[in-house]
Amino acid sequence: MPIIFEKPHLAEIQRHGEAAYPYECCGFLLGRIQANRRMVLQTRAASNQRADSPQNRYEISPKDYLRLDREARESGLDIIGFYHSHPDHPARPSTFDLENAWPGLVYVIVAVNHGKAGAITAGVLSDDRSRFLPEEIVAASDLKNF
Amino acid sequence: MPTVFIPSALRAFTKGQSEAKINGTTIGEVLGNFAEQFPQVRRHLYDDQGRLRNFVNVFLGDDDVRSLKKDATPVNESDVISIVPAVAGGTPNLSNEEISRYSRHLILPEVGMAGQKKLKAASVLIIGAGGLGSPLAMYLAAAGVGRLGLVDFDVVDASNLQRQVIHNTRAVGRPKLASAKEYILSINPHVQVDTYETRFTSANAFEIAAGYDIVIDGTDNFPTRYLVNDVCVLLGKPNVYGSIFRFDGQASVFWAQKGPCYRCLYPEPPPPGLVPSCAEGGVLGVLPGIVGCIQANEAIKIILGKGDLLIGRLLLFDALGMRFRDLKLRRDPKCPLCGEHPTIHELVDYEQFCGVSVVEEDGRRVNPFDITAKQLAGKLAGEPPAVGRLLLLDVREPEEYQICFIPGATLIPLKQLPERLTEIDGSREIVAYCRTGKRSAQAVELLRRAGYTSAKNLAGGIHAWADEVDPRVPKY
Repeated sequence: MPIIFEKPHLAEIQRHGEAAYPYECCGFLLGRIQANRRMVLQTRAASNQRADSPQNRYEISPKDYLRLDREARESGLDIIGFYHSHPDHPARPSTFDLENAWPGLVYVIVAVNHGKAGAITAGVLSDDRSRFLPEEIVAASDLKNF
Repeated sequence: MPTVFIPSALRAFTKGQSEAKINGTTIGEVLGNFAEQFPQVRRHLYDDQGRLRNFVNVFLGDDDVRSLKKDATPVNESDVISIVPAVAGGTPNLSNEEISRYSRHLILPEVGMAGQKKLKAASVLIIGAGGLGSPLAMYLAAAGVGRLGLVDFDVVDASNLQRQVIHNTRAVGRPKLASAKEYILSINPHVQVDTYETRFTSANAFEIAAGYDIVIDGTDNFPTRYLVNDVCVLLGKPNVYGSIFRFDGQASVFWAQKGPCYRCLYPEPPPPGLVPSCAEGGVLGVLPGIVGCIQANEAIKIILGKGDLLIGRLLLFDALGMRFRDLKLRRDPKCPLCGEHPTIHELVDYEQFCGVSVVEEDGRRVNPFDITAKQLAGKLAGEPPAVGRLLLLDVREPEEYQICFIPGATLIPLKQLPERLTEIDGSREIVAYCRTGKRSAQAVELLRRAGYTSAKNLAGGIHAWADEVDPRVPKY
């Protein structure tokens, strides 16, 4: 299922990645899942709990998750995925990413090389948990029948 | 009934339900019943051992059950249980702890963060956890190689401790792999250690070696050397070679795409029995330490892509004279494995190639000219006290005779036997022995061909004598 972003959201993810460099940034993707696509309507930055090793690890606390979940539902939205950055590392999910992933949610990764944001990828965990299935990122302005 | 709040991630498996009423009096019970009712969630909540995955948080009201009684936390009818995803991930970049650990590497311009990450991403297979394997495993682990594979089927013996420094006295009797893995992880817990408690053979070589970037030969026998070489050439992987004998060491890197392979250097194996093993010929303990470190150095340079490798060079080390020499090696265009017209495309029977006889019958070589230690003792006991009919011939070296001997034996070292046959009285029955029965078997063959048709071999050598007849005799 393609994942549809408004341009400002993609830019926001890149900006967060650059601001957090050389550490990993992380955040929520709020929106809706429709029949054949995921719509991201808001991005919300989260605080990385791994202050002990933030250049190679991120973690969002369950309390933050619960709070965001409540706020999202109050706005009629769902948490449909998360984003995080890979400082000086390709935007490719790592083994650690895979081991900690949840099904049904989309994981977006932005590579930040030497402080500059680069490639952004999106993927969803496969049913057997063996890999991420890449998903197409579509900018909303490119959609013909939005 | 208690209510379970279902996170959006799991709603695909609960037909879109965002909450469900599930029975149970403890957290463990409620979750178990939840997984019963919606079986597809089980894989995402629990790992293969049935434990709750560490990124699954369970809240009873506002409290994380980990701060309560975890699975045993009691649950009431009106309670709300929330399954809350912990959201986590990361990269193989170095953690703060690793940065501290590898600081002396990181400040070297030739290594740096980029080089250390290459080490972490690398995988090295070490065949043999013995004399060469010890320094290899220890230094590659210390250097931060991400994954080490170890192949060995042996058990730690007291005679290993003189040089196999990864094993200690407490480990005698334990499998070498268990002892080695424990020590490696104590040096560096970040290393993934995969062990293969088996012989490295044509049947499993491809499967084991395929998953590694570099293969390092730490073995002590020719069939395995040729096997390691062939597997590496056929898989296109570098083979970091090292060998030791008494006071001399050799090292090289065989990488078929860039230089010669082992067969280019040694197209034919030596006749069986010509080159003694460490057990038969002895070895200075520190020698495999030096050669193993040289091999580790080569492996690290391959991973970093820095420095000059021993490709096309045979490094010879003489520990007694304290000299290093370098011989040029060239790829043989006629090499049957890596040459221009290769004829070898798959692994062969290496024992047959090296002329090594296969062990038969419950693991021991059965030889018609063998006599057991008990039988020999019986013969000696029945002898008249003066000049007996039996000639007990000790074919070991004088140094070994200093350690122990069987009373009444005549010492003629195997190497000298051909010239000293005249000293042997052909009218007497001859029993030859050595340490474990290998050299004396050769002596018996020589004697029989020279006409001494009564010659027999003490199977198992003086070791068997110590085990079966006289436990006072030391084993070495």
